[in-house]
Amino acid sequence: MAQVPQPTSAMQPVLRALRLPQFGLGSKIAALVLAIIVVLTLLAGWIAPHDPLTMNPMARLQGPIEGHPLGTDNFGRDIFSRVLIGGQLSLIIGIATAVVSVLLGLIIGMIAGFFRTADAIIMRMMDALMAIPSILLAIALVALNGPSVGSVIAAITIPEIPRVVRLVRAVVLSAREEPYVEAAIALGTPMRKILVRHLVPNTTAPLIVQGTYILASAILTEAILSFLGAGVSTETPTWGNIMAEGRLFFRIKPELILYPGIALSLCILSINLLGDAARDMLDPRLKKRAG
Amino acid sequence: MLFKTRNFDTADVVLQACDLTVTLPDTPGNPGVLKSIDVTIRAGETVCLVGESGSGKSVTSLAIMGLLPQALQVAGGTIQLQGRDLLPLTQAQMRELRAARVAMIFQEPMTALNPVLRVGDQIMEVMELHTDMGTAERRRRAVAIMEQVHLPDVERIFKSYPHQLSGGQRQRIMIAMALVLEPVLLIADEPTTALDVTTQKQILALIDELQRDHGTAVLFITHDMGVVAEIADTVYVMKHGEIVEHGAVETLLREPRADYTRKLLQAVPSLSPRDARPAGDDAVLRVERLNKIYGGGGILRKLPQAHAAKDVTFSLSRGRTLGIVGESGSGKSTVARCIMRLIDPTSGRILLDDADIATLSRSALRPHRRKLQVVFQDPMRSLNPRWTIGESLIEGPLNYGTTRADAMAEAARLMGVVGLPADALARYPHQFSGGQRQRIAIARAVMMRPDVLVADEAVSALDVSVQAQVLDLLDQLQRDLGIAIVFITHDLRVAAQICDEVIVMQRGAVVEHGPAGQVLAAPAHPYTRALIEAAPGRSWDFQNFRAMPEVRHAEPA
Repeated sequence: MAQVPQPTSAMQPVLRALRLPQFGLGSKIAALVLAIIVVLTLLAGWIAPHDPLTMNPMARLQGPIEGHPLGTDNFGRDIFSRVLIGGQLSLIIGIATAVVSVLLGLIIGMIAGFFRTADAIIMRMMDALMAIPSILLAIALVALNGPSVGSVIAAITIPEIPRVVRLVRAVVLSAREEPYVEAAIALGTPMRKILVRHLVPNTTAPLIVQGTYILASAILTEAILSFLGAGVSTETPTWGNIMAEGRLFFRIKPELILYPGIALSLCILSINLLGDAARDMLDPRLKKRAG
Repeated sequence: MLFKTRNFDTADVVLQACDLTVTLPDTPGNPGVLKSIDVTIRAGETVCLVGESGSGKSVTSLAIMGLLPQALQVAGGTIQLQGRDLLPLTQAQMRELRAARVAMIFQEPMTALNPVLRVGDQIMEVMELHTDMGTAERRRRAVAIMEQVHLPDVERIFKSYPHQLSGGQRQRIMIAMALVLEPVLLIADEPTTALDVTTQKQILALIDELQRDHGTAVLFITHDMGVVAEIADTVYVMKHGEIVEHGAVETLLREPRADYTRKLLQAVPSLSPRDARPAGDDAVLRVERLNKIYGGGGILRKLPQAHAAKDVTFSLSRGRTLGIVGESGSGKSTVARCIMRLIDPTSGRILLDDADIATLSRSALRPHRRKLQVVFQDPMRSLNPRWTIGESLIEGPLNYGTTRADAMAEAARLMGVVGLPADALARYPHQFSGGQRQRIAIARAVMMRPDVLVADEAVSALDVSVQAQVLDLLDQLQRDLGIAIVFITHDLRVAAQICDEVIVMQRGAVVEHGPAGQVLAAPAHPYTRALIEAAPGRSWDFQNFRAMPEVRHAEPA
């Protein structure tokens, strides 16, 4: 009997997208930049020349000197080490937000798209969630729970969920009309199995794209929240916190904001470029036009 | 008179394509899409290009219009319109010619018209682009041409948007747009394929009438031999980018020379009904007073209701086929979907082996599901593109507790039955043709050993030769397994081929119900008679290359 491979199908578009020659030069550079940023921040514990929290009153607001490649801040802390360590938390918050909002959005969106009765109720709730500005929500959560990484992730995730829900619902609404889904109903396939095996794979491609955009915007929102003092506690270095502190001495020493700002911008730019590349790769219409 | 017998040898040549070759330059091997074809069209003549999908008929028309997609390229030959070579012309020069000298109408008038402009303005726009007539003159001409295409209430339709018109009216608007500048050549690419037969008949008559009045040459592209018999003067038969045969319509239908033409003609299902099989008394499916009403259930206000199925009643015994025939909107698919319980009927009973499944809940329905299977129209979408054929085939049996190994063995066996290699199980749907996929969809249904198979326009998307094979397959499975088939179709020829009994539906109601032989040969209801009379080429027996024996028309009792 013929050997039948397991359906690896949900991963197929991803695997196709990873075949490098299909990417343009811009996205290759973006991938390289992002890889460098991620590796540097992941290895920050070993690379960073100084403890990012150790103050040195003798060496405040120094320019690039021996041992401090990017200089020091107003407490004499090493800027290079702070930017590296700060990136860790920024990336963690970004990735956590993207993963949580995509997963929750997927589940809620599937339910809204597949069960007619739930649709109207869920979508009105999503409309309400969408009306909450993440910055106000963050301030409220921080006021309630105190500044913490969890509050920040929740504050950024909640307004992102409706966007994912809408996307998934739209995909499911069109996919459930496909004759192969109706054939599955006729074959007696339980609803749960139809959802997981027939409908979820259709959402993979758009969710990968949406996920990268959420990742980028979450990193940015985290920086904004920290900058406004509504983010993680001010002692913890994140890109936003470093910039918030640097604001005071911005006129004397613009590097305090410049370096974390460059890291943040490069990171977001490259994620967005990769998201665009993924969209081009996974969207059959754009692919056809290119080919 | 059966065919047009006009002779055009003395008429002026309007269009002449010589040695036309079109290739796909970017594809490895540079495959030819058109292989040095010759087509000549004379003034006032109707030339039919006929062939199955992929034969290159549409590419021919696009090449003439200068509208080939970028991937295609004319590699050789000439196209001359009234002696002027079209191929060296620039885009701007071609644009001048289009509409003014060569016009085109398409299969789907809804997508060919701009949905946000009034149709009258769209007709006027054609004149604005190609002539320097004043607004009042353009309007007068637009109204005149709309009257010529027999649109009712021209003033109202002039101000209508495309979605406010019926399919036939939209196609009339397209024809009006195409003819308003009096082109010398009209290219019609399957213009009636998306229309119901009765509308098709009217549009064909309209094209014929306008052609006679204006002396336009018509290049008519179709896959339907019936339409060819109705309208063609000259026929070109295409296959794989080559013209295998051409000639006057009667000669070609009476004495086809090429084997391919013979095969194509023999595949056209005959309108004379099959011999009915004996009716058993063990009805496996009984439908009693089935009703389906859509809409009406608004929370805040009463929505308009649509009564899509009215008191539909029939019964079907093992090994027999019941055809449900009707035009679009007649409710035939609604009945099929109610029987399948893909939608819930509003009232009525559906007795499957004497168990009423009309009101069962989803979970209570599950044990009955396997007795009732379905094959859909579109073979491209009825299989999950991400699953191997094997996975698709064993989905049903796994749901009912068959082990994977047993189900796979059965799937491999069925692949043989439906005429596909066993290694097909490991492949994906996109690696198969439409006809092969439809066989796979049938195999998937048969995996469940159903008592009743609902085939919803199951062969309508297939070419005639493939259609014949799939119908044979259904017939064979029915004989081997004794399945009862509910066959939904708009095509009377197909219905005549496989149905023992026929139900004719119109606007949700059954207007005629009886043995296929009786309903199709001696229709009692005026609507049935109208349907049969509209079937193109009904007076020609394609399979035997001769006229049909005298059509019997019984008077209604």
